[in-house]
Amino acid sequence: MESLSVAIAHSLPEAILAVGALVLVLYCAIRGKDSDGPTTEIAVGLLGAAILSILLGAKTEALVFDGAFIDDAFGRFMKVLTLSGALVTLVMGQDFLTREKIDKFEFPILVLLSTLGMLMLISATGLIALYLGLELMSLSLYVIAAFHRDNVRASEAGLKYFVLGAMSSGMLLYGASLLYGFAGTVSFAGIAQAIGSTPSIGVLFGLVFLMAGLAFKISAVPFHMWTPDVYEGAPTPVTTYFASATKMAAIAVTLRVTVTAFPGIVPQWQQIIVFLSIMSMVLGGFAAIGQANIKRLMAYSSIGHMGFALVGLAAGTEQGVAGVLVYMAIYLVMTLGTFAAILSMRIDGKNVETISDLAGLARTDGVTAFFLAMMMFSLAGIPPLAGFFAKWYVFSAAIQAQLYPLAVIGVLASAVAAYYYLRIVKIMYFDEPAPAFDKPAFALRAVLAVTGVLVLLLFAYPGPFITASTAAAKSLF
Amino acid sequence: MLSLTHFLTVAAILFTLGIAGIILNRKNIIVVLMSVELILLSVNINLVAFSSFLGDLTGQIFALFILTVAAAEAAIGLAILVTYYRNRGSIAVEDINLMKG
Repeated sequence: MESLSVAIAHSLPEAILAVGALVLVLYCAIRGKDSDGPTTEIAVGLLGAAILSILLGAKTEALVFDGAFIDDAFGRFMKVLTLSGALVTLVMGQDFLTREKIDKFEFPILVLLSTLGMLMLISATGLIALYLGLELMSLSLYVIAAFHRDNVRASEAGLKYFVLGAMSSGMLLYGASLLYGFAGTVSFAGIAQAIGSTPSIGVLFGLVFLMAGLAFKISAVPFHMWTPDVYEGAPTPVTTYFASATKMAAIAVTLRVTVTAFPGIVPQWQQIIVFLSIMSMVLGGFAAIGQANIKRLMAYSSIGHMGFALVGLAAGTEQGVAGVLVYMAIYLVMTLGTFAAILSMRIDGKNVETISDLAGLARTDGVTAFFLAMMMFSLAGIPPLAGFFAKWYVFSAAIQAQLYPLAVIGVLASAVAAYYYLRIVKIMYFDEPAPAFDKPAFALRAVLAVTGVLVLLLFAYPGPFITASTAAAKSLF
Repeated sequence: MLSLTHFLTVAAILFTLGIAGIILNRKNIIVVLMSVELILLSVNINLVAFSSFLGDLTGQIFALFILTVAAAEAAIGLAILVTYYRNRGSIAVEDINLMKG
C-alpha cells in the first residue's frame, strides 16, 4: 500500500479540480451574489493548472488508491483532451451566458465537477470507480443541460437527458452487477483473469448491458435518441461541452473497459462494437441531411463521428486504439472550432441557430465563413485537412484487422455525410446574404483561428502527435 | 432453501419491470422516476445476493454506493422536473414534445 502523498501526486489533476471546486462553492456562498463574477476565470485557471500538472508531471505508470485508480499514458492523453475541451468551453461560453443572462456562478462550478467525474472515469480500473466517476459526470451534466431554467426547451432537454441517462446508468449497473457476480471481482484486471477466453452466459449478459450503458454516453445508435433533442435544447455552450469533453471521457472509458477487462473475448465484444459503429455511421450520415437547425445537425454529425471512432476500436488492436485516440483528438479540435462559429451566430444580440442564417456569410463576415468552411471540409474528411487523417488511421486499422465490410460501409457513410457538410459551405459562399451577424467576441475569434491552424498543422507536422497517441495506446495493452 | 437463482430471478423481474415502466408509461414523469428507482434497487438485490453467495464484501459496498448516488439522482431529477413544470404547466410524458426528429 503506497503512501497518501504518492497517491495524490498521481491524481494531482483530480485533486486540483476537487479542492478548487469546493473552495469555489464556499467562496461564492460567502460572496452572496448570484452573478458569475470572477468564478469563470478561476475555473479556467484551475483547468489550466490541471492540464499543466499532467504535462509537466511524472510520466510513470502507477496504480494507486488500493488499485482503483490508474495513472498511465493513455489516461494522461485522454485527460489532456477532456480538460482542454472543458477549458475552451468555459472560455467561449462566457459571452453567450452573459448575453442570455444565465451567467450564474454555478455554471463553471458544475463544469469543474463534471470534468472531475470525467477524469475519474478515464482513470477508473474497476466497476465501482467507473460507476462513481460516471455518476459525478452525469449528475452535473443533467443540471447544466437544464441550466437555462426559464427556457422551456432547455428544461425539456434536461428532463429528457435525465430520464434516458438514469435508465442507461441502470443498464450499466445491471451489467456491472452480473460481471461482479460471475467474475467474483470488480477490478478490470481481475475480471479479465476470471473470464479467460471462455465466458459464461452471465458474463456475456453483463458485457452487453455494460456496453449498452456506455454506448448511451457516447451516443452510439441505437442509444442516441437523446442526442439531437439535448443538443438543440441546451444552451449552446453546454452543447459545446457535451460534444467535446464528454465524448472524450466516454470513448476513453469504453476503450479501457473493452481492452483491459475483456481481452480474452475479443470476438464477443467486437460484434457489439461493429454493430454500434455501422449503425452510428449510417444514421449519422442520413439523418443529418434534412436538418434545419445547426445544433441538431451537429448532434447527428457527432453520432456519425462516434461511429467512425468505434471503427478503430472494432479492430481490437493496438493500432486501432491509437487510431481512435488520433480520431478523438482531431474530432475535439474540429468540434470546438465549429461551435466557436455557431456561438458567433447572433443577430442584433439575439441568438440564431438555423442553417439558413448562415446564407452568404462569406460576404458579410469572410473570416468566420472561411474558418467554418475549413471545419466543414475537415469534418467531411477531405484531404489535406486533419479530418482526413483521422479517418485514414481508423480505417487502415480496420483493414489490417480484416474488417473489410466495416471499412467499406464507413467510407460510403462518410461520402453521404460529406453532402451536408458541403451544403453548409455552399450556403455560406453562394447563397444570397442573410442579415449580417454581430461582431463576435474576441475569445470566439481566437478559438476559431487556433483550431483552424491546428487542423492544418496536423498535415504539415504530425510527428509528435502521432508519437503521443501511439505511446498512449501501447500503455493500455 | 433459497438459492442464488431465486434472488437473480427476482432482480431480473424487477429490472424488466423498471425498464418497461420507463418505456411503456405514457402518463406521468413521476412514474418514470419510480421506475428508475426500481431498476437501481433490482441491481442492489443482485449485488447483495452475489456478495453473500461469494462470501465477498465488495458487492455490499458497491450497493451502499449505489444507494447514495440514487438519492442524489432522485433529488436532481425532481429539481429538473419542477423547473420543467414551471415552464410548461404539465408533467405528462406525451407533452414532452417541443423538439422532435
